[in-house]
Amino acid sequence: MPQQRVVLKNCGVIDPRRIETYLERDGFKALAKVRREMTREQVTDEIKASGLRGRGGAGFPTGIKWEGARQAPGEEKYVICNADEGEVGTFKDRYILERDPFTLIEAMAIAGYAIGAKQGYIYLRAEYHHLFDLLQNAINQAKKSGYLDGFRIEIREGAGAYICGEESALMDSIEGKRGESRYRPPFPTTSGLWGKPTIINNVETLMNIPQIILNGAGWFSQMGTERSKGTKVFSISGDVENPGVYELVLGSPLRELVEDLASAKDIKLIQIGGATGRILPYEKIDTPLAFETVLGAGAVTVYNRSRDVIDIVYRTMEFLAEESCGKCTPCRQGTEVMVEILEKFHRGEGREQDIRNLEALSQVMMLTSLCGLGQAAPNAVMDTLQYFKDAYKKRVVV
Amino acid sequence: MSEKGISTLGREGLILRLKEAQSKFGYVPQEVMAELAQSLEIPINEVYGVASFYSFLSTRPLGRNVIRICRSLPCYLKGAQTVIEAVEKELGIKPGETTPDGRFSFQLANCIGLCDQAPAMLINQDAHVELTPEKITQILRMYK
Repeated sequence: MPQQRVVLKNCGVIDPRRIETYLERDGFKALAKVRREMTREQVTDEIKASGLRGRGGAGFPTGIKWEGARQAPGEEKYVICNADEGEVGTFKDRYILERDPFTLIEAMAIAGYAIGAKQGYIYLRAEYHHLFDLLQNAINQAKKSGYLDGFRIEIREGAGAYICGEESALMDSIEGKRGESRYRPPFPTTSGLWGKPTIINNVETLMNIPQIILNGAGWFSQMGTERSKGTKVFSISGDVENPGVYELVLGSPLRELVEDLASAKDIKLIQIGGATGRILPYEKIDTPLAFETVLGAGAVTVYNRSRDVIDIVYRTMEFLAEESCGKCTPCRQGTEVMVEILEKFHRGEGREQDIRNLEALSQVMMLTSLCGLGQAAPNAVMDTLQYFKDAYKKRVVV
Repeated sequence: MSEKGISTLGREGLILRLKEAQSKFGYVPQEVMAELAQSLEIPINEVYGVASFYSFLSTRPLGRNVIRICRSLPCYLKGAQTVIEAVEKELGIKPGETTPDGRFSFQLANCIGLCDQAPAMLINQDAHVELTPEKITQILRMYK
């Protein structure tokens, strides 16, 4: 399957500083269409029918989220764009924001119309402050041209915390608090920001909206697999010749991205979805990239044969232990204990019992952690124990 | 904050106000936390809890310029360690430290989203990419 530019349609084509260049590419026509011809219900139905699922990693059906917020009682509702991509190896949203902020703004306005919200927030990670002016300028131009009548978009900046990419922690951060995950239910669609109905969508998810409105759900759902419709934007880095951002139809084989496009050679393993993602050995390179297999937020990190498996897992776990928000015990303590155990293997002083402990701890964390961070934190450990057990065994003291 | 000033925000403005203090003083001094607790009518431990939670806020004084070299795997694979060592050599300080003249603080950061141009770092809000030990001297010279 070839590369297909849907989300990245305007990237490198329009001038992100000038709204006119966006208008020449059907800009704001989808917003005009929903406002003129469609009821709110028709909009959420169209998104539902498209099969679009969240691109931030969790893959929740976007239309169902929107419908939930639309149906939720309440005058005050919010649309939040999650521009806090902090997953290790992810930079696609940065790439998109740098090149096409207007599509995002149009999509947020459509979302606002669909659920009945008058206020939208873009939560921008602090590390991306260098994008602030470009984004604010795009909002100002859209406002000046009248496209944001009745809907206000404000940028809220993070202050450096991986966990704030998790939707409930993100809302706490907008409220001025520590970014800690919330217990759910209630879900954001009924009780989100300040307890009001809220939808939170990843940058890339929203980028699909205007084209679904203009071309129809049928056009969109033709692309992809049974349960993964449309395209996905991947960030690829590590041991590759051509790191960067590539957009592929969902279901495309990993090999196409890693070998054909990024020109990786001598591959040992591939981490898909960053620190909380999955690890596949080279033998699995023909795995299709989709929600039903491996995907995450589309971060793909390639490691060649010179790399040490334990080193990779150890560093991955160090990251997660540092970024755990600390609210729930399984994640806060579990990631720390895993770092301690992996550190022993790193030194070549592991024990057979440590392997069993890692497996047992993984089960507890996956089952009992409050949010996706703790639930997915053991992935790298579990996958490497499955595919690279020898790497652990070699570091066991006999 | 384009439409309403930070000062008109209530509890939700806490992070913005802490950031304001951060850029004004180079850290969030205790007195500022106490004032904020009072004006927002929240306990001071809540203010401290927020100030100490985020990596771009500091409760200890930092230098005029803050270097954040990415130490996550994509940058690590591309030789971030040699860049870290070059900064250590150039400034005579280790990660977590500040130069005696207060010109630089040096920190290691988790993924900053510039993996396609690794190794990368932020100095204050500026991104510097495709780093080599040789580039470090020249880049640091830009910050007074």
